[in-house]
Amino acid sequence: MTPVARNRIIALGALLVAGAGLAFVAFGDIGENLVYYWSPSEMLRQGDKAYTATIRLGGVVQPGSIQWNAEHTTLHFRVADGVQEGAASVLVRSTETPPQMFRDKIGVVVEGTYDKSGVFSSNRLMVNHSNEYRAPKEGEDPNKWRETLSDATTASTGTGAK
Amino acid sequence: MNKFIKWGLLVLALGLLGAGWWLGLAWAPPDREMGDVQRIMYVHVPLQWMAMLAMFINFVAAVAYLFKASWKLDSAAEASAEIGLVLGTAGMITGAIWGRPTWGVYWSWDPRLTSEAIMLVTYTGYLVLRRFVEDPEKRATWSAVVAIIGAINLPIVWFSVRWWRSLHQVQSSPRTVDPEMVLPLRVSAFGMLFITLFFMAVRYRQALAERQAEVALPDALPGDVPMSASHNPSKVA
Repeated sequence: MTPVARNRIIALGALLVAGAGLAFVAFGDIGENLVYYWSPSEMLRQGDKAYTATIRLGGVVQPGSIQWNAEHTTLHFRVADGVQEGAASVLVRSTETPPQMFRDKIGVVVEGTYDKSGVFSSNRLMVNHSNEYRAPKEGEDPNKWRETLSDATTASTGTGAK
Repeated sequence: MNKFIKWGLLVLALGLLGAGWWLGLAWAPPDREMGDVQRIMYVHVPLQWMAMLAMFINFVAAVAYLFKASWKLDSAAEASAEIGLVLGTAGMITGAIWGRPTWGVYWSWDPRLTSEAIMLVTYTGYLVLRRFVEDPEKRATWSAVVAIIGAINLPIVWFSVRWWRSLHQVQSSPRTVDPEMVLPLRVSAFGMLFITLFFMAVRYRQALAERQAEVALPDALPGDVPMSASHNPSKVA
């Protein structure tokens, strides 16, 4: 076999391996083992399995559920499947300062443990952002999120300026 | 290389980057949710796009090398992998800097960040392999195989945010981004494209000179050894 023919066979073999690998990742349902977080309803469905292990819970902050206790510097809020009324939700307790965008209805991922009392103790609170980037609306000051941090109970979506 | 093209490319790249970043920092509005932090988008996103582009060029050069061996293609593969790795690493660092104030963490093992990390490790491995193999032909062939298989990282990184749940948001589009933010992003992306092409051209010429020095007949040496090959004593001896 000439080196040219050999190289071409190597190329085809490598492309085949790469294609098969990609197909496996894309269509091989490995997503089942790649769950970055559980939604509240998924976590509640796990029953006893959800207790004590360190897990991630993701969803949106239920409107009106944020309670900040300045004395004990603890933050309570509910993470829900969605913003609609009656969506499954889980009470979360965090002792961390939340990121500046933390507010009602924003997407969050919390890392921690769930126990039988029905409280999820978070030791890492992450906020996720959508793929939307917008200029502030008339009269809005986007840098005010930082100030609302100290007063998380009233943190809202910022439409109060109108 | 034509001096006009070489320096023209650099001037064009720096001009566009300067204009794009000025527009992004001073002219574009802040994001209504993130505030001024969002302006790092004009650095982070072009870096990641160009890293992807450079790594894709590496894949194309690797396939082309195996179909029609030439030192030019091997040099292009080496140059693009190196530049892709540098851009991707810078992209990851700027992403972490953006993540801390918005997500609350520099890093999390979400599918996008994890697949990106695997991609950077793959291209590091590719470059390590190239330096381990002495014989230029074996090096070119073996590394081309790694490049082809390693390229599956690109679609995985790109689609990771769509295939799996992640902390990282899905791709934005002009429909989800205000026009005043799209313009600085476009200008900076073109600036980043031209600086990528400039780096690529410089690095490609160096790689090609090294290859040619490596495969040159010993009796042609050492008189006409290019400077770039002089660190390879086994060939100079």
